[in-house]
Amino acid sequence: MKRSRVIIAFIALALVLFPLVVKSDYYQHLVILALMWVVIGGSWNLLAGYTGQVSFGHAVFFGTGAYTAGILANKLGISAWWGMAFGGITAALVGLFIGWVCFRLRGPYFALATIAAGEIFRLIATTWESLTEGMVGIMILQTFRSKLPYYYLALLLAAASMFVFDLVMKSKWGFYFISIREDQDAAESLGINTTLYKNVSLLISSFFTGMAGAFYMNYMAFIDPHVVFSLHYISIMAILVGIIGGVATIWGPALGAFIMIGVQETFRSSIFGLAPRWVSQSHALVFGLLVMFVILYMANGVVGDWPKIKRLFLRRP
Amino acid sequence: MTVFLQSLASGILIGGIYALIGIGMTLIMGVMGIINLAHGQLMMVGMYITYVLFAFLKIDPYISLLVSMPALFLVGVVIQRFLLNPLMKIEAILPENQVLMTVGIGMVLTEIARFIFSSDYKSTTTAFSSQVFFLGTISLNAPMVIAFVIAVALTLILFWFLLKTDLGRSIRATAQDKEAATLMGVNSGRITIITYALGAALVAAAGTVLLPIFYLFPDIGGPFTLKAFVITILGGLGSTVGAIFGGVTLGIAESLGATYFGMQYREMVGFVIFLLVLIFLPGGLKRLTKI
Repeated sequence: MKRSRVIIAFIALALVLFPLVVKSDYYQHLVILALMWVVIGGSWNLLAGYTGQVSFGHAVFFGTGAYTAGILANKLGISAWWGMAFGGITAALVGLFIGWVCFRLRGPYFALATIAAGEIFRLIATTWESLTEGMVGIMILQTFRSKLPYYYLALLLAAASMFVFDLVMKSKWGFYFISIREDQDAAESLGINTTLYKNVSLLISSFFTGMAGAFYMNYMAFIDPHVVFSLHYISIMAILVGIIGGVATIWGPALGAFIMIGVQETFRSSIFGLAPRWVSQSHALVFGLLVMFVILYMANGVVGDWPKIKRLFLRRP
Repeated sequence: MTVFLQSLASGILIGGIYALIGIGMTLIMGVMGIINLAHGQLMMVGMYITYVLFAFLKIDPYISLLVSMPALFLVGVVIQRFLLNPLMKIEAILPENQVLMTVGIGMVLTEIARFIFSSDYKSTTTAFSSQVFFLGTISLNAPMVIAFVIAVALTLILFWFLLKTDLGRSIRATAQDKEAATLMGVNSGRITIITYALGAALVAAAGTVLLPIFYLFPDIGGPFTLKAFVITILGGLGSTVGAIFGGVTLGIAESLGATYFGMQYREMVGFVIFLLVLIFLPGGLKRLTKI
């Protein structure tokens, strides 16, 4: 117990000091993205890992948050930072609608409906040009030139989200969520309103993902439908972050976010420019192979299968 | 009126092919209880096989059905045998592991295709490519009609196989009640492999007959995977008859949507139907017929 607190304090200190030590914009950028993914991966994990409702469409909430911020700046002329306040709320409303449609059915319907929702939102964002500018995308001016404010904001968001997820999972709600995942009928028979608590889980999850989306809009200053509503680069990435780190653990998605950003960037930069150029085009292939590998051999992720991994390395001294 | 009939006719034609795509998906759904999210990507592989045969050996796309279907059957066997069946034994928290696996498979297939063929658009032509039939005032283009006829023929053969042969009966038994089927001496491991391979072969056939009509590029799989599950939901999960009605309904709806709302809404029509079915008719068309 005490040892883990020391480790947490150490990690927190390292993350706070990181941008003061490492001045490179490039590495700061990578850590900012990783921190954003901590939020999204954690949100996905709350819904899928703990509550057992596997979402294939977290891009819906991410994109809704991002577009809320973008449209506020673009159409109403107020700062896109208001999106940080409203992005989460609109994403949660969208989440409620999806939950209302899907949670009356069981099994794979939710997974399917979330994919469909992702595609519907992408198509809407593409075709409703008077609101979203369509394929042109929305561009705003970045507020800060330095990366430091964004870095600390992302850190704050990531820490806040993990704190909330931890709090929720230690509360009564957390036990309801897990009971729904383990056996919905048993949970129902014990008097748990399973539909209500699935929606609660979805609400929290979509809220934080929407916040992350609004942050993305402010930080990148440019969005278009194919980036923020992308099935592969947002929805599938959220799943990967969750399962590679370890589903149904608080630290899993956080670790997964750093691993995934690391892997993605390693391949995007052709293994730091050492490998030939075609390697940089293969990062989607690597993603796919990683999904297959992780599911076959590390179904519970790095954190969940940590004892297994430790044994593997200790066996040959 | 002519416009309406014209859209209706082309909707039915494309719907017949959609039905072929949907049947493969619904068979897999029925037997294994998983949604195969690599379905469209398997179709894409079938299309590329046909394209290669056409571009390098000048083989007519319709003849290459004889190559693309067995090839994808083998691909299906490999996927089910080495990637999906082992997952049954793995203890994992998430129930949707196999579905995630199919997503991974789909991504890998798409990216391999992009590696080999780049993202360029490809197409093939056949002897009938530009021919048009007239039925009263309605014009039907020849590749569509041929594709429809082949799709219907394959569907009929499939039904004969499912209803009359031993293997087909075993597949239906496994779909109805896996444990009971196992107790009756059905090797359910083998049945899952055959079913997945059959689904892959059917969708490859759909891809092959669609190639003279559509442009081919690596990302074509994704939209067809989505169409396939819209059909599956529309028809009722696991219902083969439902998949046929689902396919034709989707084809007609898309065609009418494109005519009366505009081309850019063509894709959206399917999803709107999907949501409406989920809200008002959970269980799909199967619920109406009680088959």
